[in-house]
Amino acid sequence: MNILIAILVLGLIAALFGAILGYASVRFHVEGDPIVEQLDALLPQTQCGQCGYPGCKPYAQAVANGEAINKCAPGGEDTIKKIADLLGVDVEPLDENHELNSSLGNGPTVAFIIEEDCIGCTKCIQACPVDAILGAAKQMHTILIDECTGCDLCVAPCPVDCIEMRPIPETIQNWQWDLNKIAVKQVD
Amino acid sequence: MTDYILLLIGTVLVNNFVLVQFLGLCPFMGVSSRTETAIGMSFATTFVMTLASLLSYLVTTYILAPLNLEYLTTMSFILVIAVVVQFTEMVVHKTSTSLYRLLGIFLPLITTNCAVLGVALLNLRLEHNFFESIVYGFGAAAGFSLVLVMFSAMREKLVNADVPTPFKGAAIAMITAGLMSLAFMGFSGLVKI
Repeated sequence: MNILIAILVLGLIAALFGAILGYASVRFHVEGDPIVEQLDALLPQTQCGQCGYPGCKPYAQAVANGEAINKCAPGGEDTIKKIADLLGVDVEPLDENHELNSSLGNGPTVAFIIEEDCIGCTKCIQACPVDAILGAAKQMHTILIDECTGCDLCVAPCPVDCIEMRPIPETIQNWQWDLNKIAVKQVD
Repeated sequence: MTDYILLLIGTVLVNNFVLVQFLGLCPFMGVSSRTETAIGMSFATTFVMTLASLLSYLVTTYILAPLNLEYLTTMSFILVIAVVVQFTEMVVHKTSTSLYRLLGIFLPLITTNCAVLGVALLNLRLEHNFFESIVYGFGAAAGFSLVLVMFSAMREKLVNADVPTPFKGAAIAMITAGLMSLAFMGFSGLVKI
């Protein structure tokens, strides 16, 4: 008899708590995952795909699910810092594999069209995520250097291989002091 | 009134749950690497502990005691704690998504934080009444929060400190926790309960 009461009492308590939780889950229902929207807003929206995802939104989704935050090359350090702030994780340096054109050294690059080879096919214009390529069908194209993010998406579609990535020459205007290159050793 | 204040101070400082009674050491070591996370964890744990000690008092006094079912206390307390933690998780997810992500697995793991079950069982053993139970639960959580936040602040400093290689990481954290525990021994005798 005693054991029956015990089972009954525990069952009733459990049922009561279950009802409370059921109500709470309806009351505190979360629609979607707002963090994805916030992450998407921080990304540069170049939809360049260098991170290995088809665009900024899918990458935001992936970051929300725990993907590394340092894969956005066009966004650079700034974006990584903002994402790190939002998620409360540590800032990481830009991923080596996604570093802007690691083959050309570490500096930023822009696309360059070798104009005498260009046949005016407009394929690179369609590929450019930031509309940095100017031109029309059967007319020679050219790159707006100020707009180009160096994402190198236009290189692959070019049928005559007339686009190459060139490093931006370092001038006093864009030079930045790279503190990490100076070896600092702590004296004991 | 004085009794309650003494009980609160006694629980927070003298019989601190983490450093004197050694309860809840898992989140103490686990969520203390960043101060922001530690503060979030403190609030969540405070909420859970206070509510759990209140509910477990009600369950014992009004359901289990009249039916002579005191032997079910541990089981029903676990039930109470699990429900409160689930509820807290829903509230945190709704109100602060970034905090929810920061706390991650540690939020559902409050369920297995022995300090929470410890508060409920100690309330029973010390024969606290309704308000004493609430004060005791809140005091235990406040003490937990106090040392967790202090410890995380120290660990943030330790990251940049020039620690000898064998002591880097968890080892120095353990030593720090031990030293904090020694320091908290200094409070014994402050309040007699």
